Formats: sequence, C-alpha cells, structure tokens
Amino acid sequence: MAAVRTSSEITFNRVAIVAVLLVTIIFLAPIYWIASTAFKPRNLATTIPPTVVFQPEISPFVKLFTKRSQLRSPPSPEEYAAAPWWERVVFDGGEKIVRDGKGQVQWSGYPSRFLNSLIIAITSTVLAVGMGTFTAYGFSRFKVKGEADLLFFILSTRMLPPVVVAIPMFLMYRAVGLNDTHIGLIILYTAFNLSFSVWLMKGFMDEIPKEYEEAALVDGYTRMEAFFKIVLPEAATGIAATAVFCFITAWNEYAFALIMTNRRAQTAPPFIPSQVGSGLPDWTVIAAGTFLFLLPVAIFTFLLRNHLLRGMSFGAIRK
Amino acid sequence: MAHIQLKNISKTFGNHTALTGLDLDIADGEFFVLLGETGAGKTTTLRLIAGLEKPSEGQVFIDGVDVADWGAAERDVALVLQQYSLYPRYTVRENLEFPLKPKIRRLPDAEIKDRVDRAARTLRIEHLLDRKTDRLSGGEMQRVSIGRAIVRKPRVFLMDEPLSALDAKLREALRTELKNLQIQLGATFLFVTHDQIEAMSMGDKVGVLNHGRIIQTGTPHEIYNNPRDTYVASFVGSPPMNLIDGRLVNGRAVMAPLNFELPFAGGAKAGAATEGRPLVFGIRPEDVYLESGAPVEARVHDVENHGVEKILTLRVGDTTLRATVPARTDVAIEQPVRFAWNPDKVVLFDKGSGVSLRHAG
Repeated sequence: MAAVRTSSEITFNRVAIVAVLLVTIIFLAPIYWIASTAFKPRNLATTIPPTVVFQPEISPFVKLFTKRSQLRSPPSPEEYAAAPWWERVVFDGGEKIVRDGKGQVQWSGYPSRFLNSLIIAITSTVLAVGMGTFTAYGFSRFKVKGEADLLFFILSTRMLPPVVVAIPMFLMYRAVGLNDTHIGLIILYTAFNLSFSVWLMKGFMDEIPKEYEEAALVDGYTRMEAFFKIVLPEAATGIAATAVFCFITAWNEYAFALIMTNRRAQTAPPFIPSQVGSGLPDWTVIAAGTFLFLLPVAIFTFLLRNHLLRGMSFGAIRK
Repeated sequence: MAHIQLKNISKTFGNHTALTGLDLDIADGEFFVLLGETGAGKTTTLRLIAGLEKPSEGQVFIDGVDVADWGAAERDVALVLQQYSLYPRYTVRENLEFPLKPKIRRLPDAEIKDRVDRAARTLRIEHLLDRKTDRLSGGEMQRVSIGRAIVRKPRVFLMDEPLSALDAKLREALRTELKNLQIQLGATFLFVTHDQIEAMSMGDKVGVLNHGRIIQTGTPHEIYNNPRDTYVASFVGSPPMNLIDGRLVNGRAVMAPLNFELPFAGGAKAGAATEGRPLVFGIRPEDVYLESGAPVEARVHDVENHGVEKILTLRVGDTTLRATVPARTDVAIEQPVRFAWNPDKVVLFDKGSGVSLRHAG
C-alpha cells in the first residue's frame, strides 16, 4: 500500500533505524570479538589496541581438536614437507601434534565435550518439549482438578535459583550413581525445562480453537488421532519456539554441568574455561572453541526462524 | 437419517446451569430450528447430541437407542459450526476427504473421490477443491464446511449458527440453499440460531429456548401467531409483538393506566375469570392499523421506512406501540393519527406469569 507518510514519521523512522543499528552493533560486538579471535594468529590475539585487519588462520581450529606439545626445536625440513597442511600450521605456531605409538593423531577433549553437549541438549529438549506439549494439552483441554494450583506448582520449580539445590542434587546424584553420566544431565535439564515448556505450550494450546479437534472427533477420529492430525500441526509454531528456548537453556547451562560432570559426560561450557587455566592460555583456541559452540544455537534458530516470529511474541501476532 | 429425542436433559457447568429439564423430539427428516438468545443453551444442546458433552441428567436417544455411552465418533452425526470448522493447512479437497478417512469407517479411495466430487458439485465448490482453506471467502468456507458434513451421509446434521458470521446477502442465499439441500437429502437437521428470521424461514419446526428451558415448540406459524408467553411473543417477529398492560372490562380491552380502550373479540369466550384481572395484550404490528374513524388517538413518535412498508411507533400517553403500515401512508413525526387493531388477532397473556391464556387454558 502506498501510504502517505508525514515528514515527522519519516524522521522518526530514521531515528529508529539508527537506534536499532546501534543496539545491534553493541549486541554483536562480543560475537565479532570471539569470531575474529578464533581466526587470528596467536601473537595478534591479545594486542592492545585489538588488531582488526589480519590474515585469517585456520590453526586455532586445528589446535582446538588436537593434543599438542611444545616444540623444543623446529621440525626438520623433511618432517615439515611430509606433514599434511593442518599439521604444518601447528608447526608454524611452534607446537607439534601429539601422536600415539601407531602414529594416530591424539584428539583433544573438545570434540567429545561438544558431542556430549549435543546429545544432552537435544535429548533433553525433545523430552521437555514432548512432555510439555502433552501436559499443556491436558491442562488446556480437560477439566483438571486444582488446575491453577498444579500449574503454580509446576512453575514454582523455577522459583529458586538452580544453584541453590546444586549441592543436594550432587549428593543425591552421587548416591544413585548419576553423576558424570549423560542420563544424569538429561534428567536434570529436562526437569528444569519442563515447567517452562508446560507454561509456554499451555499458552499456545489455549490459542488453538478446540473446535478443530471436536470437528475431528465428530468426524470419527479418536482423541489421540485428532491430537496428532490436527492439534500438533497447529502447535508447530509454539513447539518450535519452546524447543529453541529449551535448547538454548540446556546448551548454555554451566553450573550443574560443572558440578555434576568432570570427564565422560562433561559438556562444552565447563570444558572451555577449564582450558584457560593451564600455562599461558592460547586465547585463539579458546575463541575457536567458543565460536564453534555458538554455531548450533545459531543454526537451530535459523532453521526454525519462520516459526519464531510468532512464537517469540507468545502468539501476539495473528496469522 | 434418524429420529432424535432428548428426555429431561439437564446440564450444569460448575455453578452455572445451562439446561434444565429439556425435552426435545426431532422427527426423522425434519428441519428443526432451535431458537434462542446467546447463552440460552442452544450450543450446549447441540454438543450433547453430538457427544461432545455429557448431560448431567437425562438421556439422549438416537433412533430410540440411548447413546449415553457413545463417543462423538460413534454417533455418526455431522457438525457445522459458525467458524473454525475447517482444518487449516489442508486444501478444500483434503478437508472434504477428512471425514471419510477415520479408521472406524474408512472408505475405499474410489468411493471417497466419488463422494467428494458429488458434494462439491452439490455445493458448487468444484473450482475450489485444490485451494487452501485460508484462501477462501467466508461464504466459500461455510459451503466447504457444509460439504464436510454432507460427504458422510450422517444420521443427523447439527448446525451451530452456520450463517451468522456471513454478510446479509450471502446469508439469505445460503439459507435457501441449505433448506433446498435438506429437502434434497431428506435428512434430519438440527439448526441452532439466534436469528428469528432464519428460524421462521427455514424450520419445519421451531423450538424456542430461554435460560436453558424449551419455552415453546411448534411450526413457525404456531410460534408466530400463538406464542406461548410474552418472551416468545417479544423474541419472534421483527418488529416484535406489541405487549400492552391492561384489563378486560365488559368485553373491551382497557389499557392501564386507563389511556384507551379497544374492542376485544374473544371477550365473551374468555369468560368471567379474565374480567378485571391484570393482563398483557399482545398484538402484532401488522394487525394495528390507522383509520380516520378509529377509536384511539395517538401521536406518531417515530417512522422507520423499510421500502415496501413503514414501521410507525405510536405514542398514547406514556405507552408506545408499533404499527406496520403500507409505504404509501403519508405520516409525519408528532402528527396525530387514529388507530385500531384487529380484535381477532389479539393474544392475551397473564400479567403475572406471562403465559398466554390460550396455552394456560
């Protein structure tokens, strides 16, 4: 539509655009910092003022995935020539990749931690959103005795800062052998996200007219079939939004992961800072680890972006 | 096709009573209209028959069988709602196929295609079959939802104000179409509406519902000409029946507080019991007429021009009443006129209970 706009509206729009740009720049600055550091040569990572123009390198990522040791002397020219490109960039940094007796490259702790993060975050998200969807449907469609109290109870599990219960949880987990296991963290994150998921999904379920399912019931379908055929597709937007929130929470969780895991089931968040402590930290490697850690959330959010606009505004935008 | 019977149905939602002691009998192949204001319990009645709600008390019979334990799926009824009755994300064809595909009565593909095509032809929506439902106009949507009902050949059609969301022209057109469709299918229809014109023009029988009770059941003619009480009298008809307080004195209607008198035909028949007792006189606006020699003088309070006729509001003292007069009648506001009524058409209601004396007696 060719709307007529007054000059004050145009001025307002311009001011708004500048303001949005400024806020965006402030928000994106740390991400730029991490991303640029992840591609910097080690000697440029901590310069003051920060180096903005540099030749990007892939070496931080190679170092991130491998075990390395300091070179006492530079490698021989034959050794250097025989090495693949990814080993050469490590040589260039004055280190070498550690190999075992059979010459196999030794992986660093990062890939397994990253994989743990993926397994735990995805599984707990699926569980929390799945159970939350069913629970919300029940609350939304049926008369539940003490519905308000139950919903409040569900929400109340989020009222304490989680760290308050960290020590008792740790003791309980140790007693039942759940500490440092995937299943332990999955249960924890699912329980933690479930209340959120129930509340969010309840809002979305309430928005789906019950006439849809009732029409299906009258048409000869069971409640279950009506739920899967009619309600679930309608709830897709809400499910996507809830899933993104749950995934981000589980993916970024630090405190419990730090306390409950140390090796086998350790996730990326406690692992990355643990690499700072040993000797002179290689900030480029830490930045590379952090940068990769940011990607799944970004990809996940990007894939679901069409659902999110409506979802993030809690259904305020009508189709 | 089926015969529907509700026996002594009550339904409460928490503290709210939706229906009390409701009896309803809908004959096979009948177009039954349930008429009532918003909140009268029309939709609840429909949902009880569909099996979406369970009655707190009483029984629902379909073809003489108590269906208390039957779920919505087993009752084999079709439901058309005012809105939201189409599945979004589905095309029109998928919507029409949906009722033919549940596990309990899945039809062969050829039969499904045949029935969908036939329904589409009946409702003239063939050109829309591959369209998504969000790209339909209101009238098209409502046609498709009616189509969703007729593909299945259900035992009863339940329609919950299917036309009220449409604009006036379309409503009129679909009204005729629906009525024709019902005659063509010979099906039992239960049609719920708050619009008395819909009820009058479509129903074989009309049930007037108020506060969860059936006030009167009858043909549109009976309901219109012989309303059971003042509620029905004022609810049915546009403009509604004039209701004027008064008494019968010596066979003449004397309006309180003694503003005017009119002749009354049934005075002798009504007997001595009605003499002098407080009554409400009901007269349809079309039975009030202006005449130069008529017994009562009034002033024209308001004139509404409806094209073929004018609806006058007449003022006598502090009583007002409506009269429908031919459009050619030339009157101006505040003009003094004389009027009379058709004494044969007057309906008497008891002042206290509001019940028509004809029904009470």
